[in-house]
Amino acid sequence: MNLKKYQDVIVKPLIDENPITLQILGICSALAVTNNLSVTMVMCVAVISVISFSNLFISLIRNYIPSSIRIIVQMTIIASLVIVVDELLKAYDYETSKKLSVFVGLIITNCIVMGRAEAFAMKEKPLLSFLDGLGNGLGYSLILIAVATIRELFGAGTLFGYEILPLISNGGWYMGNNLLLLPPSSFIIIGLFIWLIRSLKSDQIEEDDFFVSKHSTSPDLSKREINV
Amino acid sequence: MFEHYLNIFITTVFIENIALSLFLGMCTFIAISKKIDAAFGLGIAVIVVCLITVPLNNLIYNYILREDALTWIGIEGTNLEFVELISYIGVIAASVQILEMFLDKYVPALYNALGQFLPLITVNCAILGASLFMVEKDLMFVESIVYGFGAGFGWALAIVVLAGIREKLKYSDIPDGLKGLGTTFIIVGLMSFGFMSFGGISL
Repeated sequence: MNLKKYQDVIVKPLIDENPITLQILGICSALAVTNNLSVTMVMCVAVISVISFSNLFISLIRNYIPSSIRIIVQMTIIASLVIVVDELLKAYDYETSKKLSVFVGLIITNCIVMGRAEAFAMKEKPLLSFLDGLGNGLGYSLILIAVATIRELFGAGTLFGYEILPLISNGGWYMGNNLLLLPPSSFIIIGLFIWLIRSLKSDQIEEDDFFVSKHSTSPDLSKREINV
Repeated sequence: MFEHYLNIFITTVFIENIALSLFLGMCTFIAISKKIDAAFGLGIAVIVVCLITVPLNNLIYNYILREDALTWIGIEGTNLEFVELISYIGVIAASVQILEMFLDKYVPALYNALGQFLPLITVNCAILGASLFMVEKDLMFVESIVYGFGAGFGWALAIVVLAGIREKLKYSDIPDGLKGLGTTFIIVGLMSFGFMSFGGISL
């Protein structure tokens, strides 16, 4: 039993191989559901459970899936899990399920789930796959919760609906930043997160498509022929 | 009547743009937008698949899944809405597969252009999202054709515009940590703020 390996699959996806900031997976839902921390939490729990269990089940039957129809088999397993989550949510937390509307259903096409199933669960043992799912789910949740905290705290002055920074409209001193409540702001926050992570982990920086050599002499524009 | 359809089309393309207002299909939107050619190919593929799957799913919803939908074959009191998700994704996976085989056999030129993008589309949330929003809006069959086309067209428009901006940016001197993914996120954010200005238009 190799403990290090088990530890790696959980810890690595948190920052080093974060699904959102490095692998470009599962971005859609990261944006639409992050203006309210409690809704985000529910979404994170839903995603973590779907991704871990889909990894577990796919890994259990990985030797029996013919490779030509594997996408459809994976889809069926994932879709069934999402239906279970959706029905549970409708039964026990109807308000939140209304707020999340179609985004619970869209966990099916959340590329993290599909991507981990294809890249990891089809090759590895069940327990390891389950933990990999858990790790990636947590990495996804980490970014989502950070974005939601910033948006809710500085946008509306509340966390989980409780007032932290008293707003001027309620007799306090804080002027809410309405820009942060608009969905596009989450793109910019994630962009800045990527900048932060990559400043700390310089191996994640992308290569230039074009190399501009340093100290190159700039062209002498005064000698250029001008055709009028 | 024509005006009504035009309204649906304009609303889906601009006001409720599937990529920039509803944030669907973001993974491929950000990953495949480095070059205009590739973005354009993927855009066309999304339009075609949306145009096929949204009306098909509309028929499935209205004649099989919806509450009391099976009265036309004499069965009453059914409600199969809980298998909604799995049947839509089945329809999408199957039609992408069939489209791929059809193009391979009869239109090889188009297959060579679109082929590599088609498998990606099964897991593109824009397609499933379009079907789910179609159900939420409770559209009729003809309306769903217009909606499917509009949703695909809006997504294609957005990805081509983004690819154009990224091609322009490739010579710029960007801070190391922001190169590639970081700037793309911020550009999409700004584009999406731009598209919000369509929100004030009432049709």
